[in-house]
Amino acid sequence: MIMLEKRPQPSRGWIFATPVVAVLMTMFFGALLFAALGQDPLVTIRTIFLDPLFSEFAWFYRPQLLIKGAPLVLIAIGLSFGFRAGIWNIGAEGQYIVGAICGAAVGLAFYPMESFIIFPLMIIAGAIGGLMWAMIPGVLRVRFGTNEILVSLMLVYVAEQLLASMALGALRNPDGMGFPGSRNLSQYDSAANLEIIAGSGMHWGVVTAFIAVILAYIALSRHIFGFNVRLSGQSPRAARFAGVNPGKLILICMGISGALAGLAGLFEVAGPAGQISIDFNVGYGFTAIIVAFLGRLHPVGILLAGGLMALTYIGGEIAQSNLGLPIAAIQILQGMLLFFLLAVDVLTNYRIKFGRERTA
Amino acid sequence: MTEPLLRLSGLTKAYPGVVANKDVSFNIGRGEVHALLGENGAGKSTLVKTIYGLVKPDAGTMTLEGQPFQPPEPRAARAAGVAMVFQHFSLFDAMNVAENIALGMENPPPQAEIAAQVRNVSDQYGLPLDPDRVVGELSAGERQRVEIIRCLLQDPKLLIMDEPTSVLTPQEVDILFETLRQLRAEGTAILYISHKLEEIRALCDNATVLRLGEVVGECDPRQTSARDMAELMVGSTLHVPEKADKPAGDVVLSLNGLSAKAPHQFGTALRDITLDVRKGEVLGIGGVAGNGQDELVAALSGEMKTNKAMITYKGQNIAHLPPNARRKIGLLAAPEERMGHAAAPDMSLTENAILTAMTREKLTSNGFLHWAKARNFAQEVIAAFDVRTPGPQNAARSLSGGNLQKFVIGREIMQTPEVLVVNQPTWGVDASAAAAIRQALLDLAEKGSAVIVISQDLDELMEISDSFAALNEGRLSAPRPAKGLTVEEIGLMLGGAHDMEVAHVEG
Repeated sequence: MIMLEKRPQPSRGWIFATPVVAVLMTMFFGALLFAALGQDPLVTIRTIFLDPLFSEFAWFYRPQLLIKGAPLVLIAIGLSFGFRAGIWNIGAEGQYIVGAICGAAVGLAFYPMESFIIFPLMIIAGAIGGLMWAMIPGVLRVRFGTNEILVSLMLVYVAEQLLASMALGALRNPDGMGFPGSRNLSQYDSAANLEIIAGSGMHWGVVTAFIAVILAYIALSRHIFGFNVRLSGQSPRAARFAGVNPGKLILICMGISGALAGLAGLFEVAGPAGQISIDFNVGYGFTAIIVAFLGRLHPVGILLAGGLMALTYIGGEIAQSNLGLPIAAIQILQGMLLFFLLAVDVLTNYRIKFGRERTA
Repeated sequence: MTEPLLRLSGLTKAYPGVVANKDVSFNIGRGEVHALLGENGAGKSTLVKTIYGLVKPDAGTMTLEGQPFQPPEPRAARAAGVAMVFQHFSLFDAMNVAENIALGMENPPPQAEIAAQVRNVSDQYGLPLDPDRVVGELSAGERQRVEIIRCLLQDPKLLIMDEPTSVLTPQEVDILFETLRQLRAEGTAILYISHKLEEIRALCDNATVLRLGEVVGECDPRQTSARDMAELMVGSTLHVPEKADKPAGDVVLSLNGLSAKAPHQFGTALRDITLDVRKGEVLGIGGVAGNGQDELVAALSGEMKTNKAMITYKGQNIAHLPPNARRKIGLLAAPEERMGHAAAPDMSLTENAILTAMTREKLTSNGFLHWAKARNFAQEVIAAFDVRTPGPQNAARSLSGGNLQKFVIGREIMQTPEVLVVNQPTWGVDASAAAAIRQALLDLAEKGSAVIVISQDLDELMEISDSFAALNEGRLSAPRPAKGLTVEEIGLMLGGAHDMEVAHVEG
């Protein structure tokens, strides 16, 4: 009989060990999966996890790591506040889309004027767009007690429809000969989110992501706001006793996650993606949920997890093109990561005991 | 009736440090509604758990219908015809009534059959309940009916009910009493546990009174006055300390007709509480838990908003102030539930010190936390109140209940409040630590702070209070000087018997 026994204190060792164990287990079961698909498991694992960093084409892949990782980290940092406080914003994907639409719209409105003020205005518009989209589930929860998980998730699909309508209608490139999609912002100097150092992958979104990591770290470990967030997640009643206003906290956490997701969307649309198109969003908002948990909702952890997740994206693409691995296999691998993390996580608060069940 | 249904003789059960039952003997006859009376901690729960097979007695025997009765587990007790309705229900919200009932059965018949049985029993005993409804949608009274019907389907000889009316509305109480009377008429014995004297007088044929684990008296509640029963419960040995007469200080805190709706389903509404607390005064508020204690503390701490001008602090209306603003001006509170309310279990003691002390101890500036200062403050509380823990970095949940209680009370006292409200300050704390907490409360009052102590422990209240009031169904009796209060006066204030005469006229 295997039993779980609650530890008197969360194990410090396991807090750090669980992500590592989860990654190793994912590699192992991923290898089994790839073997079942008729691939050489070792080659596949090497292709996904090592080739982006160390192969002869790594000079091409390494900047990609920053480009893919930045939106993941940015969104996950925002989500981590809410997740710590027990507020489940599952709709970052929608906030990402709306942030991109709002930011792009501001940029396109100025076209073809050139001014240094345009890009900052787009950044503000992107953040506000994401924030307002997140306020919908936030206000509904505070005002009417609706479930923010459902509302925020459903709003993703609304945002996708909005995106399609924008790409085909209001924001369509007038010079695009009828093709869907907006003007290419990356070719419009005042609105382009350019690489700060050419060829490095380091664009403004990456810088913002690093700043977000630092600010989040300070807020969570040194500031009363982070304290209240953690307290509310662990003991809502104690938080109320400590003077935390639960409604206000919900709105602030939803606001932070929405604004950061919106920023991520803006940096993507003005840079790597370049334009508003029907298939602009690629699921960063959802993958960021995995990143947030894989990083233990800790800013530094999220930074590392974001890097790892970006690695599987890029490695997955390599495996797809070089080995002919189906994209679904990569998505399973990413899903496994969260699955094993949550499973192994039990060991932080419980220890396994082998023995016979006693009947009292 | 020659042989009683259940005979208890010499039941004794000791836990480390406390004797829960000492030589308890009494009988319950067929068709008898037998009341078990006593204050909290008198040993009622241990006794019924023994009968229900949850606790094994150290000594003593039981017989059921003349046969030796020693249930090793509840299943055996149920098989012998003993059923119990617990104070806290064990039902699954997402399932319907019939499914919940099937879950408690050894060999459940098909759902349709259970549903038919439930309808049958529910008609027969006047307990309206639809077997197809989902439990999550039911009121507390209806949930209790599920538990009762679950018991009745076993056709029990003895039905044990633990504080059945604590969660019911008056109308639901009437329905329940009708059912119990009908069961009695059919020969089912009922062991009825309650603090509410007027209910017991209306329902029960016999009463056994426990105090500190011992049977201190038996009576016929229909013939005995509530006054006499209260005296039996409380005991005439209340230790009333000689307190030096202090000159009355200025009024610091006034409640002016404080009323508030019940914050949730199982809460109690506060009704028109009027009170003045003076500097240097210890006000003891007695009463059985669930009569508005939590709500009163929440109203004073600022967790529960009340209407304008109902709370004045030094002449200033503070009813609208949130918790930290109240702490800032010197009004502090320590709620009853330490895990999850007064303290966050998974956070360290340092973090738990920040929880209430950040304002008064200035543990933040511009919102930034001073960790070293917080750690020092936690360390001071640990040292001053002899909290047994390796250090302030340990999680609150690693402390024993009594130790955490010392930390939680100490955390408030160390902030030198001008008014301190504590709810059950020594609940679950061993005797010497309890004495230390009481002494600290007295010292605080000595220095000029006003202290409001809410407790179920009358000895404690008599030991430290200058004045005494009782909370009953959300109403507070007028405070009276604790000195010179007789046992019977306290008992009457507590039992709520002052409005008993009007309450239960129907038979």
